[in-house]
Amino acid sequence: MSEDTGLSRRRFLGVATSVTAGVGALFVATPFVASWKPSARARALGAPVEVDISKLEEGALMKVTWRGKPVSILNRSPVMLERLESSDVELRDPDSEVDQQPGYARNEFRAIKPEVLVIVSSCTHLGCVPTSRFEVAPADLGPDWVGGFFCPCHGSKFDLSGRVFAGVPAPTNLVVPPYRYADENTLVIGEDMEMTA
Amino acid sequence: MIEAIKKNRIGPRLVLKSLAVAAVLLPSMVSASGGGAIIQPAGNDVSDIVSLQRGARNFVNYCAGCHSAKYIRFNKLQEDLQLTEEQVTENLMFAARKTDELMEVAMPADDAGRWFGQAPPDLTLVARSRGSDWVYSFLKSFYLDEDAATGVNNLALPNASMPHVLWELQGMQHATFRVTTDANGAEISHFGDPAYFEHFEMVSEGKLSLEEYDQFVRDIVNFLDWAGTPEQLKRQRLGIWVLIFLFVFLIFAYLLKVEIWKDVK
Amino acid sequence: MSSVTESRGSQLLAWIDARFPLSKMMREHATEYYAGKNFNFWYVFGVLAMVVLIIQLITGIFLTMNYKPAAADAFASVEYIMRDVEWGWLIRYMHSTGASAFFIVVYLHMFRGMLYGSYKKPRELLWLIGMLIYLALMAEGFFGYLLPWGQMSYWGAQVIISLFGALPVVGDPLVEWIRGDYNISDITLNRFFALHVIAVPLALVMLVVMHILALHETGSNNPDGIEIKENKGADGIPVDGIAFHPYYTAKDLVAIILFLMAFSAVVFFAPEMGGYFLEHANFEPANMLKTPEHIAPVWYFTPFYAILRAVPNKLGGVILMGGAIFVLFLLPWIDRSKVKSIRYRGWGFKAPLAVFAVSFVALGVLGTLPAEGVYTTLARIFSFLYFGFFLYLFIYTGSEQGKPVPDRLTYHG
Repeated sequence: MSEDTGLSRRRFLGVATSVTAGVGALFVATPFVASWKPSARARALGAPVEVDISKLEEGALMKVTWRGKPVSILNRSPVMLERLESSDVELRDPDSEVDQQPGYARNEFRAIKPEVLVIVSSCTHLGCVPTSRFEVAPADLGPDWVGGFFCPCHGSKFDLSGRVFAGVPAPTNLVVPPYRYADENTLVIGEDMEMTA
Repeated sequence: MIEAIKKNRIGPRLVLKSLAVAAVLLPSMVSASGGGAIIQPAGNDVSDIVSLQRGARNFVNYCAGCHSAKYIRFNKLQEDLQLTEEQVTENLMFAARKTDELMEVAMPADDAGRWFGQAPPDLTLVARSRGSDWVYSFLKSFYLDEDAATGVNNLALPNASMPHVLWELQGMQHATFRVTTDANGAEISHFGDPAYFEHFEMVSEGKLSLEEYDQFVRDIVNFLDWAGTPEQLKRQRLGIWVLIFLFVFLIFAYLLKVEIWKDVK
Repeated sequence: MSSVTESRGSQLLAWIDARFPLSKMMREHATEYYAGKNFNFWYVFGVLAMVVLIIQLITGIFLTMNYKPAAADAFASVEYIMRDVEWGWLIRYMHSTGASAFFIVVYLHMFRGMLYGSYKKPRELLWLIGMLIYLALMAEGFFGYLLPWGQMSYWGAQVIISLFGALPVVGDPLVEWIRGDYNISDITLNRFFALHVIAVPLALVMLVVMHILALHETGSNNPDGIEIKENKGADGIPVDGIAFHPYYTAKDLVAIILFLMAFSAVVFFAPEMGGYFLEHANFEPANMLKTPEHIAPVWYFTPFYAILRAVPNKLGGVILMGGAIFVLFLLPWIDRSKVKSIRYRGWGFKAPLAVFAVSFVALGVLGTLPAEGVYTTLARIFSFLYFGFFLYLFIYTGSEQGKPVPDRLTYHG
């Protein structure tokens, strides 16, 4: 009788101790695992960037750095927008179905407001910075070119919304980072627009 | 203790008693450098958030022009001192633009070196390296000294090249030092020697009363205490839970040990 | 439990055992390793040392993930860890407390050896390996202390490294070779980093494995100093022995938790320990143009520092300091008594041992104080007593008469 209770008491204590030890191990592991989260310095360096676009002229492009990445902001003129809409160049992902942009940029213009395009200038093939080619039908890009981005490394082409052409090495559209309008003239790159309803 | 040794019971109690004896003797053996009476207790309370807020404001207004606190981010002031982002940006940030920046100082180090003899040191850790009590005493120990370039000297840091930035608040004071006589009966002045310090004498009033100035300085010290060790309150709270957990663990482990050792005769 | 799962588990074990001596090692070193049943409080410090080693290895690795071993960045990187890295302050405090805890535990562990004659035949090599661990530990602490690049880091290293300059002929080139530069600099810091993070820890881990293997080869000593293997039962098991697992694993767990409580109390409530675990001067960045008022090594080196300063001659001090450590290596041959445990030795041993212990602690205290006046006199007296203990032992133990040693372990349940 006493042997039985002794054995079950031993087992109970053994289990209780082991469980406590396991819980303790989890507690101890937590700070070590958490220490891998971005530090306050990383969050500061990776913080959203405020950009004043009041001086950005029509057709002009400005570059900022966000989280070490080059971000281009293009003020598309009405002519450029028209060329964009009327172009019938074959695109790999014309409706931006692949997740390369926030929800509010899933449209033809890949932007919150059609005039202003915000994209990460990193070719989705192997990361080179695409050049801005906004002229129509230059000699090296052919008669169907109505403006866009051309990557010199392996020849990938993107339209004025950063959408990738079919038949080029790059697999996906240029990334649109999260961004929002703080006011009419100020973009905040790195923060999402608040979605109402 | 002797009884214990005689019985060969050199157990934990004996060891602890010996350590306790050593611990009692130790402090009396460690000499306080720089004079005992000069260093007064700061009496600050790091859990007093309002005091920390005042201290932050005082620091930024009177110290941060020359001294950086470059290991602190402004948004940490928000977090720990319960301030809003506006309060921080409007009242505590002068040169910086974003709240995640560090509290650097605008003064270039080379110029500072030329103006003051050495660049004013960063103060983030001064409460840890010199102690809160020292900082408190330092800010209260400036006295008139016509031979000094700044017109003042400091009892806690003799020949400091720092001017008395807070003189308008404290007022100005004289320091008297004991005079000794040598073998021929001539007087030897010990002006400036902390070992011969007697007392201070206010010669001009400041904007603050003595108690108000004390509190002003205490708030700065409190802020610097927090700045040097910002995690201290959170750490102590967590420590209690850790000890409680370990105690529960201890109970299970001890009962398990006793149970297993029942077989041993 | 179904019979299918049961056999799968033991099938897996069999598969492993055919390729790796897992069960064999478990038996040899745990479930069938027999130790005296009378282990007391002094016997926990070995396993506690292992616990601290593990703590230091893990916290050390995580510190290395954020620490920058360059003179321009090191100090700031430590503050980065303390403030910007999530939980960095906790990892740092665990490592700094662990360093001091390591020495507390190791000194008590070594003292146990002196109480119960654990260094005597056949455990001389065990003691020597342990002394090598102690040397490696001191090196590890010395290299590690430079890394925060505070005032005390820099100036403490400056003083200790310059001691080597006292050696005739080779002294100055040796100092330059250690530093890699004409002064302690970024170059010195970087190489001390490599030694502290990789070289010495590797050596430490290997030595600890050797230490345990050597222990298990001879079997453990016990507070009565009786060789339990001399009294085996019909089944070949020492009659006074109990299996390490589960008896000592269970008992050690209690000790480990108590240790962790003390450790946590320090980490969470007093990590600086009044300036003894984290020195105040080290919260100031290293400044080669400004010498601190009072340079002292960390508390665990102070006994030897006191001996060093007690000698008015620099080379003499270095030799005597080295000698103070070296003489410990020779303990198995200095203490010639046949009786192992203090329980069966007379006052002729107990009193000098007490004097030795007091001298060691006193020297430690004196090492933190300025070397002047009465402190220097005291340091000389206690240094004399320190060395005198070993000389006395060598002479006295040749003819020491112990009390009769029992055949069976004394165990009171």
